[in-house]
Amino acid sequence: MLIFVMRRVGTMVLTMVVVSMLLFLLLEISPGSVAVKVLGPYSSEEQREIWMEQNGYNDPLALRYFRWLGNFVVGDFGESIRFKTPVADVLWPRLANTGILALATLGVVVPLALGLGVLAGMREGSRLDRTISIASIITTSIPEFASAVLLAAIFVFYLDLLPGTSGMSDGFDIVQLILPVMVLVLYDFGYVARMTRASMAEVMTTHYIRTAVLKGLPYKTVIMRHALRNALIAPFTVIMLQINWLLSGVIVVEFFFAYKGFGALLLEASLNQDIYLIEACAMVAVFVAVATQTLSDVGYTYLNPRIRFA
Amino acid sequence: MTDQAIDIPQRESSILRMFKSMALLRESGVGMVGGGIIVFWVLVALFANVLAPYPPNATLMPLQGPGTGYILDGSAQIAGQPASEACSPIGTGENQGKFDCGTFWLGTDHIGRDILSRIIHGSRQVLTFGPLATFCAYLVGIPMGLAAGYRRGTVDDVLSFIANVILSFPVLVLYVIIIATVGASAANIVIAVTFASAPGIMRIVRGLALDLRNREYVFAAETRGESPWRIMIIEILPNARGPLIVDACLRLGYVIITIGVLGFLGLGLPPPDPDWGGMINETRQMAMAFPHMAAFPCIAISSLVLGFNLLADGLREVSLRD
Repeated sequence: MLIFVMRRVGTMVLTMVVVSMLLFLLLEISPGSVAVKVLGPYSSEEQREIWMEQNGYNDPLALRYFRWLGNFVVGDFGESIRFKTPVADVLWPRLANTGILALATLGVVVPLALGLGVLAGMREGSRLDRTISIASIITTSIPEFASAVLLAAIFVFYLDLLPGTSGMSDGFDIVQLILPVMVLVLYDFGYVARMTRASMAEVMTTHYIRTAVLKGLPYKTVIMRHALRNALIAPFTVIMLQINWLLSGVIVVEFFFAYKGFGALLLEASLNQDIYLIEACAMVAVFVAVATQTLSDVGYTYLNPRIRFA
Repeated sequence: MTDQAIDIPQRESSILRMFKSMALLRESGVGMVGGGIIVFWVLVALFANVLAPYPPNATLMPLQGPGTGYILDGSAQIAGQPASEACSPIGTGENQGKFDCGTFWLGTDHIGRDILSRIIHGSRQVLTFGPLATFCAYLVGIPMGLAAGYRRGTVDDVLSFIANVILSFPVLVLYVIIIATVGASAANIVIAVTFASAPGIMRIVRGLALDLRNREYVFAAETRGESPWRIMIIEILPNARGPLIVDACLRLGYVIITIGVLGFLGLGLPPPDPDWGGMINETRQMAMAFPHMAAFPCIAISSLVLGFNLLADGLREVSLRD
């Protein structure tokens, strides 16, 4: 168990190094334009050259990379050229905002998707099953930007019920969170529901369920005591992976509703070639990806004692 | 010993077998609906020039709602001709002396382009670059997966590590960084999609190859002394096609969403040629006042993705049945 986690941490560090190197290389493809982004299009060639020299952009790539890596390891993420502040000052508040959004979304998605998935999988092929299955295909087919536009048109334009932006300029406002969460829930719940349904349907065909039904247990007891426990193991993994998806999947929603979160930050950083900010965001993304995967593997083993680490 | 006539049944031609397996899809209502939606959009894309009432980039009359008539004075120019010759006159009422030049069925956008015509022409972009990007991703992912699954050992370790590195990175972030760095163009979108999707395809093919490599026909081919690549492509790949076709349908849906997202973030195909995601991006600022401008492209893209998802579901259902 400990060895397993240790190995995962090792993979994570290796992945982080490779990803950060690739990003440095990728951003190297379009050199020179960083100074234009900072000093504006009307700056002179001389000014740009001085800026590049002062900020160490003229050093060899390897030197810049290792300087960044050395600082990163001790917790200094460098300075953002877009926001002109240390990266950490923008990164953590933005990450917290996305955390709120993700938490609210999961809070709706998990009960909704598990409930619908269990209902659908309970009696495979029934009318309820078909309705839920088709509804979940339809909702996952609507891209987030499309549902954002359509929901905004309905709730902001026609009904005039909700605010159309979620900039939170006057402090935190839960009403501004409703539309973004709605869009994310709509796109996400179908997938989790389908996975839950598949798992539930599989459990319902097993021998122990047949035995439970044949020995005369009430259907409700069969579902609650025997089926649910086994059926909910597989969706657990899926839900853990949704956390990772939410971190980047929110880009579109945050962009549309002007929500100041991690996705919007990453988009802004990429568009401005803000290398240290991109690197920091990427490291957070890789960390969350590996951490959720490790947690889901560990949790899976804990929930399902039939699987043991080799 | 006399010769014995052995009656070996003639194998049907591969085209006939393909049609027969396509006919199986008829058993799945969901799959038929999905296939129908796709055929509809393919036809729209093929006959875009005939179907579109106006040129997609012509600025006609800004900010018109859906269903408004395109009514002009006789002296106004339309497609190089005066309206009095190109359009039919309206004889009566307050429009006396004016000319009816058709209807904006879905309205016009902020600079006066007909939305219906742009959606019709935009279907070409989506149906060209979506399948092209998906195809390229498979072209890269399949050999990698076959090599990893059949050869195993070091090849597998190296390829799997590369795939894990790319997959541990959120897909959308990868797209945004690639496109924002190397610039938005059709070729770069195809490259970005290939780069981000190939590892996923590799994993699927690898899993299938790991299973198929232990089949007897693979051992037979190995005994015959066939080369590894011949075994991978002639023996293993055709037998892995079922799950791959279902995956391709689902993936096409995702790729179409991705191209839409890139367009929506302003990183898509360069203007002015219509592209559904780009249309939504250009008009989303006005979506609160003129929802029709962004809503119709949204419906178009959602319906196409739905088509591919329903088709994938139908194919899976049919393939599980037998």
